[in-house]
Amino acid sequence: MEPVTALKRTPFHAFHRAAGAKLVDFAGFEMPLRYTGDVREHQKVRTAVGLFDISHMGEFHVRGNEAAAFLGKALANDASGMSAGQAMYTTMCRPDGGIVDDLYVYRSRDHFMLVVNASNIAKDFAWLKEQCPSGVQFTDRSDDTALLAVQGPKAPEVLKGNVPDEALAMPSNRFIEGPLFGVPAVIARTGYTGEDGFELYFSASEARTVWEGLMNAGRPHGIEPVGLGARDTLRLEMAYMLYGNDIDDTTSPLEAGLGWTVKLQSRDFVGRDALIAQKAQGLKRKLVGIEAEGRRVPRHGMTIESGGKVVGTITSGSFSPSLERAIAMAYVESGVSAVDTPLEVVAGAGRVGTRVVKRPFYTKGSRR
Amino acid sequence: MQFPNDVRYTAEHEWARLEDGMITIGITGYATDQLGDVVFVELPQVGKRLDAMKPFGVVEAVKTVSDLYAPIAGEVVAVNPALADNPALVNQAPYGEGWMIRLKPDDAGAIQKLMDHQAYAKHVEEQHA
Repeated sequence: MEPVTALKRTPFHAFHRAAGAKLVDFAGFEMPLRYTGDVREHQKVRTAVGLFDISHMGEFHVRGNEAAAFLGKALANDASGMSAGQAMYTTMCRPDGGIVDDLYVYRSRDHFMLVVNASNIAKDFAWLKEQCPSGVQFTDRSDDTALLAVQGPKAPEVLKGNVPDEALAMPSNRFIEGPLFGVPAVIARTGYTGEDGFELYFSASEARTVWEGLMNAGRPHGIEPVGLGARDTLRLEMAYMLYGNDIDDTTSPLEAGLGWTVKLQSRDFVGRDALIAQKAQGLKRKLVGIEAEGRRVPRHGMTIESGGKVVGTITSGSFSPSLERAIAMAYVESGVSAVDTPLEVVAGAGRVGTRVVKRPFYTKGSRR
Repeated sequence: MQFPNDVRYTAEHEWARLEDGMITIGITGYATDQLGDVVFVELPQVGKRLDAMKPFGVVEAVKTVSDLYAPIAGEVVAVNPALADNPALVNQAPYGEGWMIRLKPDDAGAIQKLMDHQAYAKHVEEQHA
């Protein structure tokens, strides 16, 4: 008998079970943490190709004449200037500059799609709904949208012949709408790994066709399913943000080093005044990359000291399978944020010697 | 999951095996399954005295970290030298080549107070319920 569970499942749940995945609760979804091993799955993506079920993420559709103006105001990066077929990373801020969420915006000819973190679906929907003009259709399509990511240098070869050729020719942060194994889909050259690859959105009812199609087409290239464990180490090597760890309602995009996604001068948007003021005053703390000297791993929540004084906190930390050493991100006081600054991480009774390094940690990815 | 019957178990997922008056200690297959890929094991020096059910080391996996607890009291007489270069042995052979330390026990009979494989299997099952 199956245990009674309140966890939500993606349309690929049966495939994870069949593949022997270890399943865990992630943002209220029963998700694959790993199938074979974190390091193996990580290297699979760095060297060949991996398949991720990320259907837990949320998708909102925004449609109507005022949609561009609405998003131009609600998001910190400028969605109002996007052209059809463009994908863009952005934060969405509170009036005080804190980050409500980080998300991807896809602009189609007649609507926008917003892709948000699973843990924030309800919060984001309510937040945006309140600002939404009456003429704009704003709908949550998360439950009937399946999302798979095919990531790795061999990803284009897996899709070749199974998507329109133009999808293989487009650069990163572009997408098309077209058939994927004959299934209507959004085919985007985006990802969270630093490798070349695609994120594929389609109807949840087509889950079997696409999963089996990708696994079969990928077999000659060594494709394997990859869990959230490797997804986290891949993104951390690229110093990509994980909401709830590296950024949240109390951190600003400027502190997080996401200033490049914030178009302060282009127009008015929620949080702009606070961010302009923060920039003018100078940042008190910054998110930095750090690298450990030994093999003890700095972990989320550990305190950082410099000269016997607390100067920061680890936000994400892991062993890096590509670099074969422990890496982490941390908020530290601006005075100790320069590259090569030595910092001590308090790990239980011990101390881990670290130093500030450049982000991203990994620079050899195939992302185009 | 199957658990060998030639070792005894702790609730913290260490195993202990009595051989020629010495106790070999490692972590169970259930523990390695929970931890994922082990990347570093911090172990005490030979000669160090360990107290029963007190932390004696740390096992770092890619995604998580866990303390190691001494199943019984004694003095460390050997540390697995292979783990420094190849910590993955803990995943590959948790009851064999992935052993961690060997103790000269204060009281070898204390091992009888640890769980046998059936009791441990039940303990693991309860943790999942």
